[in-house]
Amino acid sequence: MSTATPSATATAPRSAGSRFTRWLGDNVVLLVGLLVLLYMFTPVFVVILMSFNDPAARNSYSFDGFTLDNWTNICGPLGMCEALRVSIEIGVLATLVATLLGTLMAFAMVRHRFRGRAAANIVIFLPMATPEVVMGSSLLALFVNGGVSGLLGFWTILIAHIMFCLSFVVVTVKARLAGLDPRLEQAAMDLYANEWQTFWRISFPLVFPGILAAALLSFSLSFDDFIITNLNAGQEVTFPMFVWGAAQRGIPAQINVVGTIMFLIALAAVVAGDVLARRRAGR
Amino acid sequence: MSAASHLPGGGASAASDDAPRKRGLGGYLLLSPGGLWLVVFFVVPTVTLVATSLYDPSGSLQLGYAMTWHWQNYTDAVVDYGPQLLRSLQYAVIATIACVLMGYPLAYAIAFKGGRFKNLMLVAVIAPFFTSFLVRTLSWQYILGDNEAVVSLLRWLHVLGPEGHLLATPFAVITGLTYNFLPFLVLPLYASLEKVDRRLLEAASDLYASPFTAFRKVTLPLSMPGLVAGTLLTFIPAAGDYINSELLGNPTTRMVGNEIQDLFAAGDYPTASSLSVILMAAIVLLVAIYVRRAGTEELV
Repeated sequence: MSTATPSATATAPRSAGSRFTRWLGDNVVLLVGLLVLLYMFTPVFVVILMSFNDPAARNSYSFDGFTLDNWTNICGPLGMCEALRVSIEIGVLATLVATLLGTLMAFAMVRHRFRGRAAANIVIFLPMATPEVVMGSSLLALFVNGGVSGLLGFWTILIAHIMFCLSFVVVTVKARLAGLDPRLEQAAMDLYANEWQTFWRISFPLVFPGILAAALLSFSLSFDDFIITNLNAGQEVTFPMFVWGAAQRGIPAQINVVGTIMFLIALAAVVAGDVLARRRAGR
Repeated sequence: MSAASHLPGGGASAASDDAPRKRGLGGYLLLSPGGLWLVVFFVVPTVTLVATSLYDPSGSLQLGYAMTWHWQNYTDAVVDYGPQLLRSLQYAVIATIACVLMGYPLAYAIAFKGGRFKNLMLVAVIAPFFTSFLVRTLSWQYILGDNEAVVSLLRWLHVLGPEGHLLATPFAVITGLTYNFLPFLVLPLYASLEKVDRRLLEAASDLYASPFTAFRKVTLPLSMPGLVAGTLLTFIPAAGDYINSELLGNPTTRMVGNEIQDLFAAGDYPTASSLSVILMAAIVLLVAIYVRRAGTEELV
C-alpha cells in the first residue's frame, strides 16, 4: 500500500497501463470475490424489487408495475400470516430447546472426560452429514411405525426441528468454548469460586456470544426448513410450505414482502450484535 | 505491515487442546438430554427407515406393513429410479465444483484481502440466507425467465438460440443448487484460510517461490481441511435436494429427492424408504472415497 503512485513514478517510469495490470494482478482475487458476492445478492435484490410489484396476472412473475399495496396489506393472501405464525412459534420453541440441550452437550464434550466421547461425537456430527430428505423420511418412518401418523402436525415438526438444530448448536458453542483459555476458569477456582460461581461469572459470559450465535442459527434453520417439515407436517402449514403451495398456483407478491422483512430484521440483529461487541471491546 | 499482527494468540488455543477435563458423572448428566433426543429422533428413525425399506410393499398405511425382508424393494428402486439417482449425484458434483470455483476466490479474498472490511464481507456471505430458501429459489425463476435480461443478453450474443431458454433446464437447476449451497463452502474454507500462518507465505517468498508456487505449496494444502469440509457440506445437501429441481427444472431434471418425496406422499413407504437408504449409501460411499483421497480425517 505504501508503494503507491508517487514513489513508483520516481523510481521507475511506468505507463499507466502497466500500473493498472499490476494493480489488477494484486487484486484480481478481490474483484472475483466481489463478483461472487454480487451473484449471491442478486436474488435478494429481486426479492426486494418484487415486494413492490403489481402483478398483471395471478401467476405472473415479471415486474409489471410499482405499488405499495403488498406492504400495506401483508396478510392479504389467505392463510399466509397463519402459516407465518406457525413458523415463528415452532422456530422460537425449537430454538429454546435446541440451544439449551446443545449448550449442555457442548460443555460436556469440551470440559468433561467420559467413556463414549467418540461415539457421541459421531452421533452429533451425523445429522449434519445426512441429506434432509433421508432425515425427514426416517422420522416419518418412525412416526408411522409407532402408529402416531395421525398425530403428524405441530409437535412432530417441533421434534424434527429440535433434532436437526441440536447438532449445529453443539458445533457452534463447542467452537467458542474450545477457543476459551481454560486457565481463566482455573484461576477463578484458585480464588475460591465454587463450580457454580465459576460457571456463571466466568464461563457463561465468555461463551454467551457463541450461544447467541447458535440460537440465531437455530431459528433461521427452523424457520427456513422445508424438506423435513413437509414430510412430517400432516395438515399443519408452515411459511415455507405455504410458499411451496403458492409456487404451484401463482405466487402472491406479499411473499416477497415477508422475505424482505426477514432479511432486514436479521441484518439489523447482526449489525446490532457487531456494534455491541465493538462497544464491549472498546471498554 | 507486520506479520505478527495477523497471528492468532498461539498460547491460549494450544492450551485448550490439552486442557484438563473433569471426570465423573457430570459429563453424562450434561450430555444425556440432548444425546437422548438425537438417539430417539435420529438414530432410531434411521434404523426404522432401513427396516421399513424391507417391508412387504403390498401393505398400506391403513392395513399395516408386514416385515418380509423384501430385498426386492432395492432392486425395484434401482431399476425404476436409477436415472434420477445418477442425475442427483451428477448435478451435486457439478454444483460442488461450481461452488469451489466461485467460493475459493471469495473465501481467499475475505481472508487475505479483506482488511478492515473482513467482517462486513463475512456478513455479506451470510446475509442472503436470512431470506427464506424457497423465496430466494423462486426469485431465480424471475432472473432466468424468458423475458428478462439474462436470457435476452445470451440470445443477443447467440449463446442461446432465438428460442433458447434457461428456465426449466438442467442449467437452471444446477445454478440454483450452486447458489443455495455456496455459503456452506465459503464459511469453513474461510475458517481454514484465516488460520494459515502468514509467516509461512513470507518464508516461501524468501525462498524464491513465486506467488503461485507459494499458493500451491503452502496455502492450498493448509486450506484442505476447510475445502474438504466445505465440499461435503455442499455436496450432501445438494444430492438430496428437490426444491431446485421442482422450482427451476422440468420433468426430465427430476432428482432422487423428488421421487422419495412423491413416493412418501403416495403412501408407498417401503419403496420410498429403500430409495432413501440407497441415496444415503451412495453418498456415504462417495464421501468415504473422496475423504480418503483428499487425505483429511479431522472432520469432526
